[in-house]
Formats: sequence, structure tokens, C-alpha cells
Amino acid sequence: MSLMQKFLGGAAALALSASAALAEPALIYDLGGKFDKSFNEAAFNGAEKWAKETGGSYREIELQSEAQREQALRRFAEAGANPIVTTGFAIASTLDEVARDYPETKFVNIDGWLPEIPANVALISFQEHQGSYLVGMMAAMASKTNTVGFIGGMDIPLIRHFGCGYAQGAKAVNPDINIVANMTGTTPTAWNDPVKGSELAKAQISQGADVIYAAAGGTGVGVLQTAADEGILSIGVDSNQNHLHSGKVLTSMLKRVDVAVYNSMKAGTALETGGSTVLGLAEEGVGVAMDSHNAALVSDEMKAAVEAARAKIIAGELDVVSYYANDSCPALSF
Amino acid sequence: MEFLTILQVLDSTMRLATPLLLACLAGLYSERAGIFDIGLEGKMLAAALLSAAVAFSVGNVWIGMLAGIGASLVLSLIHGVASISFRGNQLISGVAINFLASGLTVLIAQDWFAQGGRTPSLVGAARFEPITLPGALTSVREISQAGPVMQIYSELLSGHTVIVYLALLLVPLTWWGLFRTRFGLRLRAVGENPAAVDTAGVSVKGMRFAAVMICGVLCGIAGAYLATALQAQFVKEMTAGRGFIALAALIFAKWRPVQALYACLLFGLLQAIAVRFQSFELGGITIPVQFMEALPYILTVVILAGFVGKAIPPRAGGEPYVKER
Repeated sequence: MSLMQKFLGGAAALALSASAALAEPALIYDLGGKFDKSFNEAAFNGAEKWAKETGGSYREIELQSEAQREQALRRFAEAGANPIVTTGFAIASTLDEVARDYPETKFVNIDGWLPEIPANVALISFQEHQGSYLVGMMAAMASKTNTVGFIGGMDIPLIRHFGCGYAQGAKAVNPDINIVANMTGTTPTAWNDPVKGSELAKAQISQGADVIYAAAGGTGVGVLQTAADEGILSIGVDSNQNHLHSGKVLTSMLKRVDVAVYNSMKAGTALETGGSTVLGLAEEGVGVAMDSHNAALVSDEMKAAVEAARAKIIAGELDVVSYYANDSCPALSF
Repeated sequence: MEFLTILQVLDSTMRLATPLLLACLAGLYSERAGIFDIGLEGKMLAAALLSAAVAFSVGNVWIGMLAGIGASLVLSLIHGVASISFRGNQLISGVAINFLASGLTVLIAQDWFAQGGRTPSLVGAARFEPITLPGALTSVREISQAGPVMQIYSELLSGHTVIVYLALLLVPLTWWGLFRTRFGLRLRAVGENPAAVDTAGVSVKGMRFAAVMICGVLCGIAGAYLATALQAQFVKEMTAGRGFIALAALIFAKWRPVQALYACLLFGLLQAIAVRFQSFELGGITIPVQFMEALPYILTVVILAGFVGKAIPPRAGGEPYVKER
């Protein structure tokens, strides 16, 4: 009996603390997990930056399964969190439904797409193909075997979008380059399977690849590890992953999820919703990571080429074809 | 298909089959002694965490592996006490171990390292490095230019971690131990007819505990292999069903060690093919990657449905031994 009372007491205390903290922002991480050193970790870093600057606090949850998406959204909405920031495309359709039930709460989704955006939802997406184009150029310039690799996470249009930009960049430098592309899997577990990432990297290395770009969330950790072990170069994604294996990671394709999360939280309840924002090279939403860890790997020639291409893309002189345009890629077949 | 490509797939097969083989042999000892063990998965997972965590803090992979074996032994002991001493249901005890390991590993890893239920990456002496056999080539380019014999030697035989060779060595050792020693005879007898062993004055409980402990040691090595040789860190649920595939391989092999090796190599080969050829064309038809990934499981079902003849488990398997009523 006393045990039961303790439980009830605990539950009551939890409920109290939940209602006391009104209008905190909330952050929902996608299935790759908060510390994937990539996409979700970037979101976490953005939220931490906001918390540090404003002294505020935020609520967060790491999803463990598909079924928790709606549960988590409703729980945060019921608890009065505002705005609720979600990462990953997969939650968008659930968000669409839930958002209509809580018109007072503002929701943000990063990477998602909806045919019709509810008035209280803001979608943020990135022009990953532009950033991938730049790292593709660097990969082709760094490759000595004339073969570069691409390892994607879950086989979805978004990841093909990454791969397509990368292939176009590589081909722009060297039209005869050989591009080996693999996807880790077709289910969300593909975001967190470093063992498979490792095996795929080994398979690509044996096919001659000497630079591998991993756009695979937590799976990429295995790819980068194997690349470092085997003495070839790798390219990180989303977060700056250059430091993971200093001197062995050519660069990282930055996708400033942290900035998106930070800005959303900073705007708070005054956030503009009902539309979608696209962040590209011009907005510095995507970019190439240069720091002390990869300084020795990046030649001046590479820097100049990347800068030139960057300027051209921003000016609209160079058009990197988006995979979304007609669901196919001119430079790579998956 | 090129000769070297085939070799590379076989090389990958060796790496992927090793944890299956170790877990399969672990199950073999336990089930031959009459203790069904579906907790192989959980023991491997616990061992993977402890081996990675200790290897990271101490900086020595061997100490890490010992810690992993220790973790696996503790779970084995729980299984043993529940199903041998207290005559509980072996399947339920096994399921409990799986759940316990699945939750506890992430919790412990999060508490120790605060990196979302994973350990930091292991470097240097904290992980198993591949062994290069004398005279073997290491770089991909050199291998591709060498002759076929050298290719087989360098690509397939050389360049594995010590655990791969150890696992292969364990197969004849297990065969000899089970079929050529007094201990092995008693162990098998305990699984077939424990009453006879008891009559002969040998402790049934003692034999069964010994078998369960051997199972724990092998699962511990398998888990340590996953976290410190195949990968360089622990991540949540990193066993990814390998314990269950090992059980399927065990049934496929009809509880015999040499056949267990073949079964594990087959399942390893299927995994390696799925990784290497994500979608490939066969006579004008493109086989999608989804099919390739499902193939190991489809084959397991097909095989279990009766293509290997009748698989008869040890007769006293799953039944706790009651000395007298």
C-alpha cells in the first residue's frame, strides 16, 4: 500500500512540475537518437545554445518507436509547451493531424513536407543538394583512385537529394569519375546501424572508393570509423564531424539544424507559422566545414573551387538539379 | 563477377559469421545439456556494453573482453539459478534476460558516459586490430594486382581479428570436447536422460551449471567481438537479432558443432551479399534491396519448415530435473 502511495505521490509531483513550467519550448528528436553526432545532435546544440543565452529551459524527448510520435506531440501540447520543434521528415504527417487539435500551440518541423501547411505549423527545409554539391567537388578533387563513395541512411527522397547533389559536384570536377552509392536500409533503423555502415564502407573501399560521404545519421559514425581505420577520407554530415577523426575527415556538409532550432526557440510564441522556409547556401543554412582538423587535407585549389562554385550557385549562374524536381538524378542512378 | 569480388564477399562473410558462430556454439553447450537458452541475445548485448565500457576506461581490449565475459556470466548465472536450481521455465527466464539486457545496457551507458546510451569510440589498444598473417598484402590495390593464390591468402585468410580465428578454432575443440571426452559424454547425457546420469553418481545440477557457464563465456566473447572488433563502440541494441539467428542456425545444424559452422557461414554469407549487392540484376530482372535484406530471414523460415529433415532437440531439453518426488 505504501508503495502505491509513493507511486501516486510521484505521479502527482510530476504532474505539478509539468503544469508549473508553462510556455517552455519543446524539442522532439527523431529515431536516430539525440547523440547521433549528426542531425539530431545539431538540433540539441541549437537548443542548448538558446538555453544558455536566455537562461530558459526546454523539454525534450528522444523517440524510441514510430508509435511515440503522436503520443509525444500530444503530451507536449497538453503540457503547454510552445513552440514544439520536431526534427525529421517522418513526423510531418502526424504533426499535420495533431496541430489542428491545438490551434494555440505553434509547431515547427525540420525536413518535413506537407501538401497543405496548417496555420500554426512552420516547415523548415534545407537545400542539401547545394551543400552536397560542394563536398562532392572536394571529394572528386581529393580522390586519387577516381572513385568516390556515397552512403545514405534510409532510402528516402531526402537522402537521394543529398546523393544527387554530391554526384553532380563530383562530376563537375571530373566527368569520368566513378560514384559508388549505397543506402543502409529502408526502415528507420537505418539511421542507427554503425555495423552496417562499416560493412558498406568496406565494400565501397574494395570497389576503389577513397573518399566516402556518409549522409546517414548515427550510421555515419561507423562509416567514418572504418574510413579512418582503412586510411581513406570520409565526409561527415549535418553537424561538423571533422573532429571525430582529426586529419582523416575531409570535411563535413553542414546543415544548420542548430540555427533553425535556435531561431525557432528564440522567436518563441511569436514565431511565424503557416508556411515553409527553405535555407540554402545564400542563407548559410548549408555549407562546408573548414577547421583546424581538416586544414591539412584541404588544398588552396579546393578552397578556391568551392568558393567559386558557392558564389555561382548563390548568384543563380550554376543550377544544381534537385532530386525533387522530377524524382530522378541526372548524375547518379540509385 | 570478378574473382576478387567473390573473395571480398567471403571476407565480409567471415567477419559477419563470427558473432553468429560464437553465439551458436554457446547455445550448443547449453541446449545439449538440456537448458534451452533464448537469452543469447541479451548476454551478448550485456557483454558488448561492458567490454566497450571497460576497454575504454582501462585502454586495454583484453581486460575489456574479460569484463564482457563477466557480465555475460552473471546473466548466465541468473538463468542457471532460475531454471536449474529453482526449476523455473527456461524460456521465460531467457526472455527476461533479453529484456533486462536491452533496457539495462542503455541505462548504464547513459549513466556512465551520457552520450545517449552509447560508449565513446575506442581507439588504439582499446580495440582488437586485424592480424596480418606473415607475407600477406594489406592494401586493396596490391591485392587486386596479385595472383589468385595470394589474393585468397591476403584477402580471405589474413586481416581478421584474433577472435575470428579463435571462433574457428572453437569448432573442432567443441566437437572433440563433446564427443571424445568424459565431460562431453556426461554433458550430452544430461540433456538426453538426466536420470541415468544421476544414477551413475554424477551431479545433474553441476553438469548443467557447467554447460550454462560455458555458454556465458562464449556469449561474452561474441558480445566483445561486436563492440570492440567489428565496431569500435557500444550502441544500443547493437546485437540486432544475432542471438536469434544463432538459435536458428543451431536448429539448422541439428545441435552439431561442425554443421553449426556451416550454418553460421551460410547466414553470414547472406548478410554479406545483402550488404554488397544492394540491388542487382539477374537475367533482366532487378532484385530489389528489400528482398536481399529479407533473404536471411526468408531462408531461415524455409529451412525450418522442413528442408533439413527432422531436427530433434535433446530429449530432456527444457525440462528441469527433479531428483525424486
